[in-house]
Amino acid sequence: MTRLLAYNAIIVATAISLLGAVLLPVAIRRGRRDWLTLGYAAVYTNFVLVTVATLALVWGLVTHDFSISYVAQVGSRATPLFFTVISLWGALEGSIVFWAWVLALYGAAAVYFNRGREGHLVPYAAVTLLLVSLFFHVLLLGPANPFQPVFPVPFDGPGPNPLLQNHILMAVHPPLLYLGYVGFTVPFAFAVGAMLSGEVASDDWIRLGRRWTVASWGFLTAAIVAGMWWSYEVLGWGGYWAWDPVENASFIPWLTATAYLHSVMVQERRGMLKLWNLNLMVGTFVLTILGTFLTRSGIISSVHAFTTGTIGYYFLAFIGIVLVAALFMVAGNSDRLASEGRLDAPLSRETAFLVQNLLFTAFMFTVLIGTLFPLVAEAARGVKVSVGEPFFNKMSLPLMVALLFLMGVGPALPWRKAAGEELKGRLLPGIVLGVLFAIGVVAAGGRGAYSVLAFLFAGFALGTNLQEFVRGANARVKAHGESFVMALVRLVAANRRRYGGYTAHIGVIMVAVGIAASSTFKTEQEATLTPGQTMTVAGHTLRFKNAWGRQEKQREVIGATMEWMDGDRVRAQIEPRMNYYPTQQEPVPTPDVRSTLRGDIYLSLMAFKADGSNVTVKVIWEPLVPWIWIGGMVVCLGAIVGAWPGGRERGRAVATPAAPALAEGQP
Amino acid sequence: MNWKRATIAAASAAPVIGLFAWGLTRDPNNIPSPLPGRAAPQFALQVFAPGQAALSRPVGDTVRLADLRGKVVVLNFWASWCLACRDEHAALSDVAATYAGQPVQFLGVLYNDVPDKGSAWIAEMGGQTYPSVDDPGARTAIDYGLYGVPETFFLDATGRVAYKHTGPVTPAVVRFKVDSLMAAAAAPAAPAGAPSGDTAAASKGGAR
Repeated sequence: MTRLLAYNAIIVATAISLLGAVLLPVAIRRGRRDWLTLGYAAVYTNFVLVTVATLALVWGLVTHDFSISYVAQVGSRATPLFFTVISLWGALEGSIVFWAWVLALYGAAAVYFNRGREGHLVPYAAVTLLLVSLFFHVLLLGPANPFQPVFPVPFDGPGPNPLLQNHILMAVHPPLLYLGYVGFTVPFAFAVGAMLSGEVASDDWIRLGRRWTVASWGFLTAAIVAGMWWSYEVLGWGGYWAWDPVENASFIPWLTATAYLHSVMVQERRGMLKLWNLNLMVGTFVLTILGTFLTRSGIISSVHAFTTGTIGYYFLAFIGIVLVAALFMVAGNSDRLASEGRLDAPLSRETAFLVQNLLFTAFMFTVLIGTLFPLVAEAARGVKVSVGEPFFNKMSLPLMVALLFLMGVGPALPWRKAAGEELKGRLLPGIVLGVLFAIGVVAAGGRGAYSVLAFLFAGFALGTNLQEFVRGANARVKAHGESFVMALVRLVAANRRRYGGYTAHIGVIMVAVGIAASSTFKTEQEATLTPGQTMTVAGHTLRFKNAWGRQEKQREVIGATMEWMDGDRVRAQIEPRMNYYPTQQEPVPTPDVRSTLRGDIYLSLMAFKADGSNVTVKVIWEPLVPWIWIGGMVVCLGAIVGAWPGGRERGRAVATPAAPALAEGQP
Repeated sequence: MNWKRATIAAASAAPVIGLFAWGLTRDPNNIPSPLPGRAAPQFALQVFAPGQAALSRPVGDTVRLADLRGKVVVLNFWASWCLACRDEHAALSDVAATYAGQPVQFLGVLYNDVPDKGSAWIAEMGGQTYPSVDDPGARTAIDYGLYGVPETFFLDATGRVAYKHTGPVTPAVVRFKVDSLMAAAAAPAAPAGAPSGDTAAASKGGAR
């Protein structure tokens, strides 16, 4: 019953997406407003139908309806309700359902908020959104159908992958990732709409898509950080990033999107880089699809393997169509995208953005090539190679350090041309802070050139970005006689985009400091202890109290209680565990982490004697790692400030006639 | 609209799409084993499941690879917790029986498992015609570079690894490999068991 409802909803949604995508161009050609409305209705109906299918699948999971193939695959009666609900995105088919739902939601919202806009940009964007939706519906009816009948109906199922039911972040990371990844479809659709409607020479597609881009970027950033956090808390290796193809797949479009967020300001301010920005936006979307293809098709070996079938060929066809169509449209429109302005001086904000864009693009290609290299090498020379961390670390360190530096210089540089004296005053706080950071890291024993440079530039960037807040607020204190705090709040509220950006910068600096510190000063040690014995790592003493075991609903747990000592006082109890799931041959190690602002004590249980007489534990001192998570949240805060509705749009947007539609049209 | 430029740009997508299309025909997890063509790692392991009739060896007996020189050896790594091993069990067991009395030794090696469970599994599967040995600490499995179970190694009469098969085997595969190795041993002029790489026709079925 539930199965048929969901399956038929997808069939009807497929038909309606197709109808809408055909109807809208006809409506545009014939100038029929009523058909246009009908086409938009298709977008909304698609959303309703996919919502029905998604809820039906969740209902099937919750009621243990094992006659639905997806439920039989990932469900089990022993799994707690919470993990049952989130197993919606725990395996391939369910994740495609969820993807289709997020896409339909975005599509409906994007069309709804811009439905009143004159011109053909929004109708063509709606066509784009419907066509992308159509692709995911085809997946659901074909290679990733979660609604197949199962007969005879099994009494119970194997349950979701234990790794995915081991931590609360599994509830957070995938939805954020989809919200980010899928969200770029909206600004991409506006870009396509601009190209098809002939409005590409104006900046309208950028303005219509701006908040969607910032929001998607914020979600993607949060997703990446949450993924790092999950990996850190769950996998027991004490790291948070391994340059696995799936991690790279999320990072590659993030790089182009970040480049776009910056370079688009040059277009709005100076009318430059129009073709470049169009390329970045289209590229970001293509890269999200490419990333999905790489991770779902099994074309590249990864620890995040989804089981694969024929889905790779569907994705290949889709990526082929998207790539050919995108290149065709962008190149075909390139004549209309001549620059209006030119660079006035080498020392200006435009130049900083330009260099920043070059670095981000280089970074993107580095990660992309590293990820695809095994495939290329096998095609060209017939050899199996793997590209691992050393390559990526070596290539990305100089880029990251240079980007940190630019993040410090950029905000201090004015548009067009910088004057020497003023510049000095704006850079000074950063220079002071940077030198302090560098001295600090050398005093703490850091010796590598890159780690000293990373801290130097992190301090520098922190100084100049903070200085922007202080300078702006001080000006308001002088002008309006407000208190400093009030001035700061009003400053940010009045210039959300700008100060949202600076806030994000500060978050990124925190992340960078966390990464630099933990990779420079991480200390790890393994020891076998009997009860009462202690070990010391980086000045932190840990005492083994006892080992224990207990039976939980869906698993057996073996754990060790360790005491983090402060002299004779017990500062905290830390309990690394091993979880045994009946459907899994090997235990799932579950580290335990105690966080302080100075760093984390990270404990993994490696082995234990069955009688509890001794345990082997790995202890890692991870300095400043919590700042990565805090920084990630600060970046998101910046994205929220930057994307918040209302607020004054800076630059040329204010003067154009499209502005009223924008004010009405944004979420 | 600049049609010429648009067409050129669109055509530039072809190599990328071609690369991906080619990539889809490959299995990135299928990493060729360096073992075929080399001397098989030695082992001395104890029988825990005797096998049946002519093929049987007493429980507790130590099987040494060195003693099997002159015979074609089929070494099958398996475990009671391995689902794909169930698929190939009948194929191996039945084919082994047809080679009774010939210079071929089939041998099961228990991987990451305990003999009691292994014996129970054999009983559940309706018996196994050839003997199985225990591999405590998976030392032999490590020597053979085992990636998962089931994996089957075909050793020629001179004690070299001739083929490695990842995933469940089929009767046809076993017969073909064993027959060609026996033919090579019978024709002394030809280099015995010329390395022919590995096969992984059904690698996706294996437990990792």
